[in-house]
Amino acid sequence: MGMTMTQKILAAHAGLDQVEAGQLILVNLDLVLGNDITSPVAIKAFKNMGKEQVFDKEKVTMVMDHFAPNKDIKAAQQCMMCRDFCGDQEITNFYDVGQMGIEHALLPEKGLVVSGDAVIGADSHTCTYGALGAFSTGVGSTDMACGMAIGKAWFKVPSAIKFELKGKLNQYISGKDVILHIIGMIGVDGALYKSMEFVGEGLASLSMADRLCMANMAIEAGAKNGIFAVDDITKTYVKAHSDREPVVYEADPDAIYEKTYVIDLSEIKHTVSFPHLPENTHTVDEIDEIKIQQVVIGSCTNGRLEDLKAAAEIMQGKKVAKNVRCIVIPATQKIYLEAMEAGYLKTFIECGAVVSTPTCGPCLGGYMGILAEGERAVATTNRNFIGRMGHVDSEIYLASPEVAAASAITGKISAPEEVVNA
Amino acid sequence: MKMTGKVIKYGDNVDTDVIIPARYLNTSDHKELASHCMEDLDKTFTERVQPGDIMVAGWNFGCGSSREHAPIAIKASGISLVIAKSFARIFYRNSINIGLAIVESEQAADAIQEGNKITADLDHGVLHNETTGEDYQIEPFPAFIQTIIENGGLVASIKNGSIK
Repeated sequence: MGMTMTQKILAAHAGLDQVEAGQLILVNLDLVLGNDITSPVAIKAFKNMGKEQVFDKEKVTMVMDHFAPNKDIKAAQQCMMCRDFCGDQEITNFYDVGQMGIEHALLPEKGLVVSGDAVIGADSHTCTYGALGAFSTGVGSTDMACGMAIGKAWFKVPSAIKFELKGKLNQYISGKDVILHIIGMIGVDGALYKSMEFVGEGLASLSMADRLCMANMAIEAGAKNGIFAVDDITKTYVKAHSDREPVVYEADPDAIYEKTYVIDLSEIKHTVSFPHLPENTHTVDEIDEIKIQQVVIGSCTNGRLEDLKAAAEIMQGKKVAKNVRCIVIPATQKIYLEAMEAGYLKTFIECGAVVSTPTCGPCLGGYMGILAEGERAVATTNRNFIGRMGHVDSEIYLASPEVAAASAITGKISAPEEVVNA
Repeated sequence: MKMTGKVIKYGDNVDTDVIIPARYLNTSDHKELASHCMEDLDKTFTERVQPGDIMVAGWNFGCGSSREHAPIAIKASGISLVIAKSFARIFYRNSINIGLAIVESEQAADAIQEGNKITADLDHGVLHNETTGEDYQIEPFPAFIQTIIENGGLVASIKNGSIK
């Protein structure tokens, strides 16, 4: 029986020739990730397991990104616990303030994940690395501890949904619009327990930033993983960032998919998710005036250089609307530096936006842009659940960097064309 | 495994941000997490929950973040079992890994009402509604998962060598 891309990677990492959906297997891991929130719980569990050493100090990574630079004393204690553990264990890839970035932007940039890898991370957006043709999924802290201890994780082999992409994205439309459109179509549990596999000639028009953004939000459709077929764009990216050789897995021609969706990228419009679920999507051309008080451009979904470039080009020479606070968060130190050298940060500051050091910060209501009662934000982040960015009666509208930038200028949810042609 | 408790019921897509808001994730202390459990969805939960109570919900329970703090907060609140029509996958495996009992049943989640008294016999796959007299059959876990549960979670399974 044919296997999907995901099933092939899982079979290879379980030492099996064949797996099928529903089968429970133990998978050998290439990388185990944690952050400053999930790692402390994992470290405690690891110690309870009675293990002295992590299975491979090169294959465990911790990134201090959620509440770092430390937002308060408790956050500082949590980071200290991770720092001490990684020091004791001589973990090579420990990323603290100064080297850290938002984990899912950082790891591909550092070349820690390549095509064909099997990766777990104690963070739900670990599915991001599927953009590189890897199997990658979010787990909890106990799974992370188990991964650190024995280099393995248990999985139920997922079935899959295929997304066949064709056509080309229009100007000012990006991967964010595509994935919001898909979540709107299939719902927040539309891919529950399953893989979302992205294939087709349409991939040619999607940059790595677009793909990382789309794979990142597979979890918002309930998916176990999102994965992209590997092409020249992937290979070029991996070669530029890692010394390791990618391993390319392709789905068998007779692989079983529960469903196939054909998506014409040229038909995708500016898409926004309304509160309080990512599936509540609307296209910008069909909505009434929605005034906003804050814009956040950043996160593991949309804090990459391409995202900042897109926003800066729209905001260039304009001013952030009165009564709107615009917060730009480059996702890594490298992105920060490159955005500075390219002049994007100057553009943001001259517009009246602020630029923060890399952090997850406001995306999960941590700090650096918390909303008050009744306030509305347009954010390039990934979740708009109740209270996610602050007060329980605040609202988050998820959008692309292009829409977020335009909205910062007009003070209401807007298409980039309204601003660029104005 | 057998438990009896009064039902506290919620709807679909109960996400991890309302189970335990991220502003409290600067700690992993179980009691402290429990003291904020469900507060953005139901401010009365922490006052009315009793040890042994059973949480019932709709589709996609526990969607969102991977924070294990969510099942930890529920378990530390005294909830003995969560019954839902479906669970988000990370919440599902986290619950198994930390030893929070969960059951997936559309029929039971529809029929059981707030305040009902339920006795769950997980070994025999039966939920009995003491209030209405109804029984609901539930699917047993696959053997591999059953082993983790019987060991008391993943940490114990690694420790005793049943997973290596």
